[in-house]
Amino acid sequence: MFPYLSFMTFWPLFGALLIAFVPKGKDSWVRWTALLTTLPPLVAAVKLFYLFDRSVSGMQFVEGPFPWIKLFHIDYFMGADGLSISMILLTALVCTVAILASWGIEKSVKAYFALFLLLDAGMMGVFSALDFFLFYVFWEVMLLPMYFLIGIWGGPRREYAAIKFFLYTLAGSVLMLLVMLAFYFYSDGHVFNLLTLADQSKHLGPLTATHFRYLCWLGLFIGFAIKVPIVPFHTWLPDAHVEAPTAISVVLAAVLLKMGTYGILRICFPLLPDATVHFANLMAALGMINIVYGALCAMAQKDFKRLIAYSSVSHMGFCLLGMASLTPEGLNGAVLQMFNHGTITAMLFLLVGVVYDRAHHREINGFGGLAQVMPRYATITTFAFFAALGLPGLSGFVSEVLCFLGGFKTFRLYTIVSVSGVVLTAAYMLWTFQRVFLGSLNEKYKNILEINTREVISLVPFMIIILVAGFYPKIVIDLMSSSMAALSQSFDSFHLAGL
Amino acid sequence: MTSEYMKQDLYYFFPELVLIGTIFILFLADFFVGNKNKAVYPFFAFLGFVGMMVANHSSAFLPPASLFSNMVTVDGMGRFFKYLFGFSGLLGIILSSKSPEVEKTDTASYFTLLTALVLGMMLLATANHLLMIYLALEMVSVLSYILTGSVRGSRRSSEAALKYVIYGGVASGIMAYGISLLYGLTGTMSLPEIAVFLKTHAVSRPVLYMSVLMMMAGFGYKIASFPFHMWCPDVYEGAPTPFTAFLSVGPKAAGFAILIRFFIVAMSQQTETGYMAIKPIGWPVLLGALSIATMTVGNLAALQQTNMKRLLAYSSIAHAGYMLMGFAALNGEALTAILFYMSVYVIMNIGAFLVVIIISNQLGSEDINAFKGLSRRGGMGILLSLAMTIFLLSLTGIPPMAGFIGKFYLFGAVMKSGLYGLALAGVLNSVVSLYYYIRVVKLMFFDPLSEEERVQKNLGMPILSHSCLVCVLAFLTLYLGLFWNQLAQLTLKSTVLHF
Repeated sequence: MFPYLSFMTFWPLFGALLIAFVPKGKDSWVRWTALLTTLPPLVAAVKLFYLFDRSVSGMQFVEGPFPWIKLFHIDYFMGADGLSISMILLTALVCTVAILASWGIEKSVKAYFALFLLLDAGMMGVFSALDFFLFYVFWEVMLLPMYFLIGIWGGPRREYAAIKFFLYTLAGSVLMLLVMLAFYFYSDGHVFNLLTLADQSKHLGPLTATHFRYLCWLGLFIGFAIKVPIVPFHTWLPDAHVEAPTAISVVLAAVLLKMGTYGILRICFPLLPDATVHFANLMAALGMINIVYGALCAMAQKDFKRLIAYSSVSHMGFCLLGMASLTPEGLNGAVLQMFNHGTITAMLFLLVGVVYDRAHHREINGFGGLAQVMPRYATITTFAFFAALGLPGLSGFVSEVLCFLGGFKTFRLYTIVSVSGVVLTAAYMLWTFQRVFLGSLNEKYKNILEINTREVISLVPFMIIILVAGFYPKIVIDLMSSSMAALSQSFDSFHLAGL
Repeated sequence: MTSEYMKQDLYYFFPELVLIGTIFILFLADFFVGNKNKAVYPFFAFLGFVGMMVANHSSAFLPPASLFSNMVTVDGMGRFFKYLFGFSGLLGIILSSKSPEVEKTDTASYFTLLTALVLGMMLLATANHLLMIYLALEMVSVLSYILTGSVRGSRRSSEAALKYVIYGGVASGIMAYGISLLYGLTGTMSLPEIAVFLKTHAVSRPVLYMSVLMMMAGFGYKIASFPFHMWCPDVYEGAPTPFTAFLSVGPKAAGFAILIRFFIVAMSQQTETGYMAIKPIGWPVLLGALSIATMTVGNLAALQQTNMKRLLAYSSIAHAGYMLMGFAALNGEALTAILFYMSVYVIMNIGAFLVVIIISNQLGSEDINAFKGLSRRGGMGILLSLAMTIFLLSLTGIPPMAGFIGKFYLFGAVMKSGLYGLALAGVLNSVVSLYYYIRVVKLMFFDPLSEEERVQKNLGMPILSHSCLVCVLAFLTLYLGLFWNQLAQLTLKSTVLHF
């Protein structure tokens, strides 16, 4: 069988190598090479969508385990199940669109696209890896390209944002490293294989002690929480998002944030189910805080991009709430929200990029009445904003409802408070729309350029997905339902004390 | 001592004999050739080191043995360190030949003394007798003093040498006192016999403690651990940079070799899981505390540095701290980890120093700001920037570089022995170290060249051997970061100590 996952992971590296050999000065060659490099993985992603067997809850498209470092039983082991397949598809699409959105980069074009493709490879690897060490390597490999991409091509405070991002995420990663080592040494047969480690009978020694397991879970959780980001580990996000160039913000929001929740679902949940049950309350509470606090912060923002950054914090809270419920509805809702939010937030950041390219500022109050001069742009933005606030008929609604359904079963109070987040989201989204697009036209922007074809092409795929997933969510939910049902079932034996 | 024993001992001593032969050849070359052809000395020294490593390889088939009435041993660990010293020596020669700083010394004696220094290091790593330890340590130290101060007419060099002499003299003196106390307690100077004596007799605890502490003064000074690290920044800054590069890896490795040998052979007994300290002394705790202090002091002090050599000096101190963690852990993995870390450390540290050498030769400055805008200084600048990034990130411990594997191995050993607090301190120190390493990367890639700097935009051609070596070392760092199974197997086999 064709190794789809390895292909999608390593093909961008090949593209990055090709770009290194493009002769100096031929910037358009670089851009087209990058775009054409991301197309085969996109085609592979569509193929995977059709080949994926929706009735199977286990791993598919498995490659390996091939021995890599024999001394430590580290294998090259890749595979995808319901949890990761939607993320892999999302990554493939977002990377192609982000290349399109990067068309306007003029400075050091070669380096930009080479680093971007390196990032692409890392992201694909994280979602496909089934060996803990391999997962960790791919996870860390992403940090450096991101540091450069924000730090060189970003906004005025880019260096601060970049180093903050790097330090913060590295601190989380090293905690993950320690727990990974604990699992290696205290597992039967010394393995890094995530599937083997999920077998609780393989845990030995200190790993059978409850408090040690709780500590391990917390170590992993903090590492992933920084990525999600969960309040109070979220402070790197507004800076990183605002200072990053448009395409990088898109990738950061649409894919990188999902890695945090993916990590929790892939590693914390199967490997330490008792600790998960113990901390489910904490997760739900943090989810609620994320939703409400994120929305309130978003409402206070004057910078358009910062507003959307905080709205990301808020929307990831829905994932947390759904995950914490440990019910099939909640888990499905969480993974669906990961996918949906990826598409929605990608649109939002692309749209901010459109207006920033023209006006060179992002002050919400600095605009006004843009709908009169940019009607197409206003329409697309309306669509995106309504998707973000969870309008029924668009995909955001389905995932949010599922998260609430799951959450309400176990965490009544948290869910009730979280629902207010929907109202708050509607408030700041509509208010922003009103300030930017409605009202009297700001004379400065009488002759502002309408959204052009390239930008529309980068937005259309997301619009289609959001609309289709909103009216017929079965298409997307089918991908994840078997795996999530199995995951939820694995918690049945644990008694969950709800609130 | 019959002539038969003598012959057999000399047979085992072959690698060292090759080096002694090389020293004599260099003496003769100085006599006959003098300063007429300065390229002769690095050439012969290079051949000598290669010959030593070949002789070392052929000794693999000999069983372990004790030589010269138990002064020196030949075993797996000794053989490994001889390889490492030979490799460091080769790198040192490549760095030193044709270097402008070394041109200002008496080249003939420089290379002769360098060869003798490696001979001293080999004796130190295989010493099995307290007196031999002292002798070899003094040999390494005195030769280091001379080589540090060898730049003629340089006040900085002489000052560094003087500081080194004074500090080293006091440290050696204290260590000699410690040796005398230990001899007084146990009645023997041979390491294995000391262990036997301590196991079977009760000795005065305070005196034993004092003697170990005093011996640590000598060892700690050699590896530059807290609180014997003060000489390090000044000496590294003042010595000719090629020698600093060698000093940061060679004598440090020898110091660790004898540290391993002293504590494992003389002060511990073997258990199923590894080693255990002989009852009255808790030296693992002592070394663990020193490790945390060293790491922290090294990393925190490095944050402030503006001179690259001092920054790398403090970083060396911190790395000694990481390696000391292995001594607190005391199992088979810990020894393997220390050996593995030492090997990758040689590669990445010499790589980093090599880039500093090239920059200081071409741009005339050792300041961190000399790296500003390096990536914009033409093809050579990009190559150097990329290589330096690889080395610095490897020193931080980020995949997929070899330095990460070293840290992974070390933290693994510590986690295995259950010292979670120590592991946590180690990883947090790694995160702190990112800040000062990435500062150089930031300067190279993010900062633009100022107008005056733009005048000397082109770096010019560095010495060919240096450029090639940078590429080789950078490639090795990446290769060993991904395919480290063989090196791991080699270090695992090399943890055999003969006594």
